[in-house]
Amino acid sequence: MGFFLETLFGGLMVGMLYSLIAIGFVLIYKASGVFNFAQGAMVLFAALAMARFAEWFPLWFGFQSQVLANILAFIAAMAVMVLVAWLIERLALSRLVNQEGITLLMATLGIAYFLDGVGQTLFGNDIYKIDVGMPKEPLLVLQGSFEGGLLLSQEDLIAALVAAGLVVVLAIFFQKTATGRALRAVADDHQAAQSIGIPLKRIWVIVWSVAGFSALVAGIIWGSKLGVQFSLSLVALKALPVVILGGLTSIPGAIIGGLLIGAGEKLSEIYLGPLLGGGIEIWFAYVLALVFLLVRPQGLFGEKIIDRV
Amino acid sequence: MFYRENGQFKSSYRADQQIFPIAQDRIAIALLLLVAFVVVPLGVSDYWMRAILTPFLILSLAALGLNILVGYCGQISLGTGAFMAVGAYAAYNFHVRIDGMPLIASMLLGGLCATLIGVLFGIPSLRIKGLYLAVATLAAQFFTDWAFLRIQWFTNNSSSGSVSVAGLNVLGMPIESAVQKYIFCLVVVVVFALLAKNLVRSAIGREWMAMRDMDVAAAVIGIRPVYAKLTAFAVSSFIVGVAGALWGFIHLGAWEPAAFSIDRSFQLLFMVIIGGLGSIMGSFFGAAFIVLLPLFLNQLPAWLGFSISTALASHLETMIFGALIVFFLIVEPHGLARLWSTAKEKLRLWPFPH
Amino acid sequence: MSGRKVGDVILDVQNITLSFGGVKALTDISFNVREHEVRAIIGPNGAGKSSMLNCINGVYWPQQGSITFRGQTFKHMNSRQVAEMGVARTFQNLALFKGMSVLDNIMSGRNLKMKSGILAQALRWGPAEREELAHREFVEQIIDFLEIQAYRKTPVGRLPYGLQKRVDLGRALAMEPQVLLLDEPMAGMNVEEKQDMSRFVLDVNDEFGTTIVLIEHDMGVVMDISDRVVVLDYGKKIGDGTPDEVRNNDDVIAAYLGVEH
Repeated sequence: MGFFLETLFGGLMVGMLYSLIAIGFVLIYKASGVFNFAQGAMVLFAALAMARFAEWFPLWFGFQSQVLANILAFIAAMAVMVLVAWLIERLALSRLVNQEGITLLMATLGIAYFLDGVGQTLFGNDIYKIDVGMPKEPLLVLQGSFEGGLLLSQEDLIAALVAAGLVVVLAIFFQKTATGRALRAVADDHQAAQSIGIPLKRIWVIVWSVAGFSALVAGIIWGSKLGVQFSLSLVALKALPVVILGGLTSIPGAIIGGLLIGAGEKLSEIYLGPLLGGGIEIWFAYVLALVFLLVRPQGLFGEKIIDRV
Repeated sequence: MFYRENGQFKSSYRADQQIFPIAQDRIAIALLLLVAFVVVPLGVSDYWMRAILTPFLILSLAALGLNILVGYCGQISLGTGAFMAVGAYAAYNFHVRIDGMPLIASMLLGGLCATLIGVLFGIPSLRIKGLYLAVATLAAQFFTDWAFLRIQWFTNNSSSGSVSVAGLNVLGMPIESAVQKYIFCLVVVVVFALLAKNLVRSAIGREWMAMRDMDVAAAVIGIRPVYAKLTAFAVSSFIVGVAGALWGFIHLGAWEPAAFSIDRSFQLLFMVIIGGLGSIMGSFFGAAFIVLLPLFLNQLPAWLGFSISTALASHLETMIFGALIVFFLIVEPHGLARLWSTAKEKLRLWPFPH
Repeated sequence: MSGRKVGDVILDVQNITLSFGGVKALTDISFNVREHEVRAIIGPNGAGKSSMLNCINGVYWPQQGSITFRGQTFKHMNSRQVAEMGVARTFQNLALFKGMSVLDNIMSGRNLKMKSGILAQALRWGPAEREELAHREFVEQIIDFLEIQAYRKTPVGRLPYGLQKRVDLGRALAMEPQVLLLDEPMAGMNVEEKQDMSRFVLDVNDEFGTTIVLIEHDMGVVMDISDRVVVLDYGKKIGDGTPDEVRNNDDVIAAYLGVEH
């Protein structure tokens, strides 16, 4: 039983990490109807920026404090992400406004490739460390109820808290601020929003910047856990089943979806895996998403999709 | 003034419905085929045939298959690599497990297996579209990645999923040398291109395009959405499966599941988009572009007189690649095929401006 | 006025109620259509006219009521079945296949009648080619009839609105329908174009005996060419009869012109 719970918790924690990436997807889809295949590349890019700036700033400006390096690196990386958002809007999005979904999807794929290439050219392609002081030792809990206690990763717990915090911040942003309201209007109907004076271009830059921010947060947490390396953008592909489960338009859905996928993956690997030869993690999330798509395409919390003639 | 239709009047519908109604086009195609079948084998180096032309042909075929699904029927698929893999591994199984199985039969049977899997993973398209369908096809991709790695029966009990074939021949004629491989692929591709072109200009092609353009109206005029979508998946997967078998048997000789990974799926999708959605010729243009671009980028620094590390070169290639995708989608979303037909329109009027 | 003798009831709509969420588009609508007649459905915008056609076509499924076509009663229609039974339609917003040429769009209306299998089409041999040519001949007759020969190879997206409407009609005619549902066929047209379109509609009714059900806003056209008229307002039927009867119906006048208080 203890083992089951450990696996479950481990899965839930990984799920939260997926959610961090998925939140970025949902943000952009909610506000611009674009399915951003480049989200994974953005996570990698942001993580690379953070890691390298934290390494370079002490050398360039001659100080020792790791904390100061991290803070400055965070600000710099955020600035870079805003620049990326602005460039994406200016060079790509604004010129593809009236195209169909598949074109926009392909464009974000192109952006993903571009970001991958640029990131590795600018920042290098080794494995880099991010050290934001995350505790690496595991936590032993519930030693009273289970023999030897349950092993939980503190790092993952903090990640979960950060993800939850991010959701709360974003929810407040969307519901309570004027910009958030404008974003929701744009998500509903671009032309109508434009006709009441909402500056579409600026809104999109804001959205992609916010998505960039969530990519940076996700990148820091994943990078701290795994080291910043190219495989990060592949991990991010996992976020797709997460948003399918949770619903493309729901941020809380991204969390729930992430938890389900994470737990499901780990549990199925341990309990189902041996029957099928192992390694089923690579497809479990997708097949689960496929089942969902057949049964409830809008996900758990998404809006129903209606076709009108 | 050379490329005019003046004087070329069609007096029957049959004449009007030819694949190449303009005489100049027919001459051009005849010349192209002549070059492809005769000049190339005689004049081009083995390296070029092996490393560039043969892969180009096979990838064009796969892009053709994908174009039918995405360009003509409007169904997104990110799992093309999976169907190539099914074609390759299925053909492999027929080839090694049945003594004396002819090569062409193995390949066609491999294609049929890909058809079955394709239709299976096409069933979601009856309920979902667009990016949702894209995610469903990703399930196919990752599932087959795993299946050919872990399910040992598929790979004749190879532990790493890698297999190889040797001693290929057709009716006693060996397919070993670069020229033989090239000609074999060329014949297969020309035949399939012809069949595909016939399909897209027939009733089924119109059904596919109707589903792409407006599926609600399509149902109202009596088109069966289920039949249209599933046949698109079926035909597309068949072609892609045969291409996969060609890729494994002819081009690689020995392969493992990674040869058909998600990168391959993306590569084929880029070919179709850059080449032109909904255009048979576009598939060839796209394949040529994607095959030649890395070569070009590799040679460019040398021509310009400086050298860069291979790692940097590969990063730059990825960057330029991504940028070009976006560029194409902005400037000409209908791809190279549209640029080509626009050029032909201008050529018709040349030397007059309008 | 149709030149043909009007026959028995061919289409009977009974107590149709249709809602979307909380909005009732149609409430308890009943009327019938006789063979070979020209039946108009009129009413202010938002009255539910297109929704009514959509129900007949199987695009929408009404919550209550039934539709009887040639003696067979259905709770709701299946689009393909309806097409096979001989009902064709045009759309208010022109649901043309933008990626295809005029010829291909109209040819797609023949798909119902094409029998060759996929393999035959791929090989394009004998029977398949002959079938394609035979249908091409039929479609060319329609193109002649609608006077759009010059545009047959043009992608429909490039044509002006009036011509696109003709292609829409052509596609419906290609199905050789017994009943033709026309959703505002003259919307956005000038006087000459309307005359042309009215002529096409009447010719179709005259030559082929096709029953026409037509939604139209131009009262002049409606009064001129229809045999009987149904009037809808806010999803309810407020008038049903010959053009003259409907013209003098108080409720109809109130709906269109308003009532003096």
